[in-house]
Amino acid sequence: MQPIKTLTSRTVVLPGTNIDTDQIIPARFLTTTTREGLGRHLFADWRYDAAGAPRPDFVLNTPAAAGCAVLVAGRNIGCGSSREHAPWALMDFGFRAVISTEIADIFRANSLKNGLLPVVVEPAVHDYLLAHPGSEVTIDLESLTLVLPDGRRVPFPLESFARYCLINGIDELGYLLGQADRIAAYEARQAS
Amino acid sequence: MKPRTLFEKIWSAHEVVAETADTPAVLYIDLHLTHEVTTPQAYTVLRERKLRVRQPGRTFATMDHSTPTDTAQIFGGVPIRESSAARQVAELERNCAEFGIELLKLKDPSRGIVHIVGPELGLTRPGQTIVCGDSHTSTHGAFGALAFGIGTTEVGHVLATQCLLQRKPKTLAINVEGALGRGVTAKDLVLAIIQTLGVSGGTGHVIEYRGSTIGRLSMDERMTVCNMSIEAGAKAGLIAPDETTYAYLAATPRGPKGEALERALAHWRTLPGDADASFDRSVDLDAGALGPMITYGTHPGMSIAIDGTIPSPGGDAVHDKALRYMGLSGGDALLGRPVQVVFLGSCTNARLSDLRAAAGVLRGRKVAPGLRFLVVPGSQSVKRAAEAEGLAQVFVDAGAEWRESGCSMCLGMNGDLVPSGSYCVSTSNRNFEGRQGVGARTLLASPITAAAAAIEGRVADPRHYLA
Ligand code: SF4
Repeated sequence: MQPIKTLTSRTVVLPGTNIDTDQIIPARFLTTTTREGLGRHLFADWRYDAAGAPRPDFVLNTPAAAGCAVLVAGRNIGCGSSREHAPWALMDFGFRAVISTEIADIFRANSLKNGLLPVVVEPAVHDYLLAHPGSEVTIDLESLTLVLPDGRRVPFPLESFARYCLINGIDELGYLLGQADRIAAYEARQAS
Repeated sequence: MKPRTLFEKIWSAHEVVAETADTPAVLYIDLHLTHEVTTPQAYTVLRERKLRVRQPGRTFATMDHSTPTDTAQIFGGVPIRESSAARQVAELERNCAEFGIELLKLKDPSRGIVHIVGPELGLTRPGQTIVCGDSHTSTHGAFGALAFGIGTTEVGHVLATQCLLQRKPKTLAINVEGALGRGVTAKDLVLAIIQTLGVSGGTGHVIEYRGSTIGRLSMDERMTVCNMSIEAGAKAGLIAPDETTYAYLAATPRGPKGEALERALAHWRTLPGDADASFDRSVDLDAGALGPMITYGTHPGMSIAIDGTIPSPGGDAVHDKALRYMGLSGGDALLGRPVQVVFLGSCTNARLSDLRAAAGVLRGRKVAPGLRFLVVPGSQSVKRAAEAEGLAQVFVDAGAEWRESGCSMCLGMNGDLVPSGSYCVSTSNRNFEGRQGVGARTLLASPITAAAAAIEGRVADPRHYLA
């Protein structure tokens, strides 16, 4: 994983509440056996009409969305299925962070493992971001602050281990493999 | 020692390394269930990093999500129609063979939906930690196991190390008292629980379902309740093991037998939470006040009593959007509304008792003209048992389609789809936009409510069909 310390980008706003992983990437696109190329199907049923043509009014199809790496979503984004294809699709499309007031557990864990930053903010900050689509924010992992377009800095929570892994580009599998002796000792205790 | 909950006992028994302020716990995983959709990329990582599976005997594989339910494609020599599904099935076979994982292949007589097969075979046991790359892994909590869904990266972690890095979740007790009324099932109970908690109300928590109502539920019913814990956002749902649990396990083909069972029982009986153990939160529910439930919206928390009316909160954009998708309006009743498809299946409600209940409503009656009624048993074992006791014949005589097991129309990956704009009364667990097919409109309900709808071709009250 690439180390990430800060991310600065304009935002795309999807205000819907409870945006579930079936919306982020519908099940019919899960038949892939690789991680690549899922961005094409991101929000497929919202992005394309029945004939497969892009719906011009859907935000990801607008010119303003091009190059944006931060998605501001309504409350409880990522609920539903455990499919890691959801963060894979978001990242393949170009997103590097998701901001909301609530982020569902499994989606949050999957995002962290892929370097997609889950940023949980207070409702007042969220309302402000929803009202200012396309404005620029900076996510600073070292100080765990979000710099809003008006210059305010607001803190956001992130577990210290996750932050450490992101900043240093460490993947959890490497860390777990490093625990092999303790795992073997546990297994030996159970067997006795 | 401080009194501990069931969850805390399981958690501490599996800590390889306890959590600290800076690092999560290293949690040992007893049983890893896998299927074709969320594993290919995990095996790719193992190959890239030249890793082996640490404990192949603790991982078990089946195929269910993308597999066909059409008999000809399973047993008749007809190739799998969806080529991408065929590729996933072939890749799972290759991965399991290469890494030494036991796999229930397409024609295996025990194959089925991962969350139905694990308990049925006796792989799921009290006190275990169980994970699967699937959010409905919470189902296995019905046995007093800590069971939760993980993503594909974590599937790779478990394959390589048999462990996961985890922060300890909070605990939430849901206390249910009172007798379930006539025609009110475990499905109705869990829909009511989700409505009470809200779809994110359980986030960050492990639920323990408690109280006399829960104690009276069969294992099948407990699985239905635990299955949908994730629909309230919870990490897992648990029910303390008791005599019902032990009797179920003693009768499973792979559960412990003889002396091994005695030893296991001695351990299992220590698992229920201590009397004065405390929970971070608790919620009480009166089961006696519930009627049969049905959903009207696009998440499982949007439900009403079958004879109720859809709420109309003014100015709620989320609610309005859901109703637009569903083609419904606030103030509408659902009862009597035409439906085009009925789906009896999924890891929520496709066990033998579910098929029995639905067949009880359907016996001697016909499916409404023009309605498609798809019956998909949860496993091949359920299918055989249902055929042996004549349930399959009841469905076929009524005009339903009797299929091979799999996830099928629950998520519409294998070609079993609800047409756009159609209403489907479904015994599955998610009514999200497009879940059962692009534009499909899902109404979640119990097996008997589904059967009543199949007969009338409309949303119907199952209580009219009960003896
Ligand atoms: S039946 Fe549905 S919910 Fe259950 S495992 Fe299959 S797809 Fe998931």
